[in-house]
Amino acid sequence: MSNRFKSRYDDDINLFEGRWHLAQYALLIALLLAAPWVLGAYYLGELTAVLIWSLAGLGLMLISGHTGQISLGHAAFMAIGAFTNLALMLRGWHFIPALLASAITSGVIGAILSRPILRMSGIYLAIATLALSIIIEDISIMAEPITGGVAGVFAPPIALFGMDIDRYATPKAFYYLCLTVLVVVTLGYLNLLRSASGRSFLAVRDSEVSARALGVNVARAKTLSFGLSCAMTGLAGALYAHLAQAVNYESFLVLISITLLLQVVIGGLGSVHGAFFGAIVVVLLPQTIAILRDFLSNTAGVSIAAYPGMDTALFALLILLMVIYEPRGLYGVWFKIRTWLQLFPLYRKGMFRRTRTYLKTERQR
Amino acid sequence: MDILQLLVSGIANGCIYGLLALGFVLIYKASEAVNFAQGDMMMLGAFLGITFINASYADLPFLIGLTLAALLLGLFGYLLDRFVLRAIFGQPQFAMVILTIALGFLMRFVAGVIWGHDPTSLETPFIGQVWMIGELMIPVVDALIILTTVGLTSLLYFFFARTRLGVAMQASSQNQMAAYYMGIPVKRINAIVWALSGVVAAIAGVLFAAKGAVEPSVGLLFGIKAFAAAVIGGLGSLPGALLGGLLVGIVEPFAGRFLPEVGQIAPYLLMLVVLVLRPGGLFAQISQKKV
Repeated sequence: MSNRFKSRYDDDINLFEGRWHLAQYALLIALLLAAPWVLGAYYLGELTAVLIWSLAGLGLMLISGHTGQISLGHAAFMAIGAFTNLALMLRGWHFIPALLASAITSGVIGAILSRPILRMSGIYLAIATLALSIIIEDISIMAEPITGGVAGVFAPPIALFGMDIDRYATPKAFYYLCLTVLVVVTLGYLNLLRSASGRSFLAVRDSEVSARALGVNVARAKTLSFGLSCAMTGLAGALYAHLAQAVNYESFLVLISITLLLQVVIGGLGSVHGAFFGAIVVVLLPQTIAILRDFLSNTAGVSIAAYPGMDTALFALLILLMVIYEPRGLYGVWFKIRTWLQLFPLYRKGMFRRTRTYLKTERQR
Repeated sequence: MDILQLLVSGIANGCIYGLLALGFVLIYKASEAVNFAQGDMMMLGAFLGITFINASYADLPFLIGLTLAALLLGLFGYLLDRFVLRAIFGQPQFAMVILTIALGFLMRFVAGVIWGHDPTSLETPFIGQVWMIGELMIPVVDALIILTTVGLTSLLYFFFARTRLGVAMQASSQNQMAAYYMGIPVKRINAIVWALSGVVAAIAGVLFAAKGAVEPSVGLLFGIKAFAAAVIGGLGSLPGALLGGLLVGIVEPFAGRFLPEVGQIAPYLLMLVVLVLRPGGLFAQISQKKV
């Protein structure tokens, strides 16, 4: 690829770097649009799950990857989104207002909670959000009129454009619904990142002291980022409720919060691509392991005894290797490959050598 | 009398939380890392204790089994730091959080493969024995737990305040580079502190198994609760960890008794309240940087 000559300031912040870049994404969208005709019902369901977890990952990416605040409690906001959506739909609301309401509810609750929570930093923030996630589990049992108590609630079919959209009866329509929401949110996210607010998030992530010195209202940036992040995760929660068809307090355990963070890390913190890569890994890894297991026992006669929790363990191992060897996650791997291709014969070995860093105390901020 | 009885069991539980919180604080104090796998290390310690002490396994005397479990888990902690954690030496705190979460998942899996998923408990010589003070029943196990915890906390406190090694650990946590310049072998210090926290986790695990049953996933929620205890006390303060552990341990049975709806989440509510009022915990160790 040739080097592009920038002649306007807009070239720095345009969503697409050029026609070739735009064409790549157009191709991706075309592939995604064609997917239902290629894949069977089962794999279409898995692909829908990838879309929904990408949406949840995008939410977490905004606060953790782009604003630098670790949240170990985002499943709580998925729960808020899911329960709001289902409760409103069961009370006769149309799907679209209910979906918007679930985004707004989780966003507003997130923004309100963020004021006291975001006064903390680093590890204190992580544990506070983790506690939030545990508390929501209990609340979703107690708030029975909304959440259906221990039994949970079932998702009604979505009436949209004169048809009933249901995950099993009309998987294609449900897939397109999720895809539309995801594309709209992703475009909004990219636009947010190049706006003043988005850049103030990045400034807060890189150094709070310098951001404040440059006139960024740190408290406002954090609250806005947390609120928007929770709103996106709430949307994902609402869609997840329709994918799972029934949700109760067990659908959004602490473990989901932790997995969501690991998903974002494995994808690559601080990159929009990372949210998608992470979701692909999280959703498809168990399938891959199952397929691999069948393949091994059928062809080579090697049978891997089915230990419970095998896929979680492999996922953890993947995380372990990723943190040690490639802290920028799958996005980092992809970036290196892309650079290698672009520079083809000129790639040098030490190009991405990490500089030596030393840990400084966070007890003095 | 009922209240006093609740208090005794609360204190004993709180001491186990405190011991586990001590493990968190040790590592935090020496390397500013947070070990999210501490609960799972405790679980490993409990299973090692069961393996050495129970009649169906090695059938060793209690004290010898405890020592062996502590030494083995200490060695495990040392090796873990030497071969896994050293690879991300010097990277931000966040990397360590993710790495230890992943390690916790792996430990749970390995323990499940080795020891199975059925709850097992430790057979101790003093099982079921109680001391009576008036009408107050004090199980011997609880007394042992309380004594061990108080002893261990004061020992570690003096270790950090008075010995060369302890002070070196504190220095290396505050600024790794400066500690290097002062001639402190920071990497070796990290390995030693991980070994030490392994020992503490094993002791906590064996005491935990003496009181109730263990299974591989017990470490996750118990670890989070103990971490909440450490945070309540102000991460980085040993007496704070013990105090936080006691608070969590006492609040839990009382909330379960008088406010059953919030019994499960009372420790976390307590932690959130403390954190909102004092973002650095009760014995805060955070100060604003002067530029």
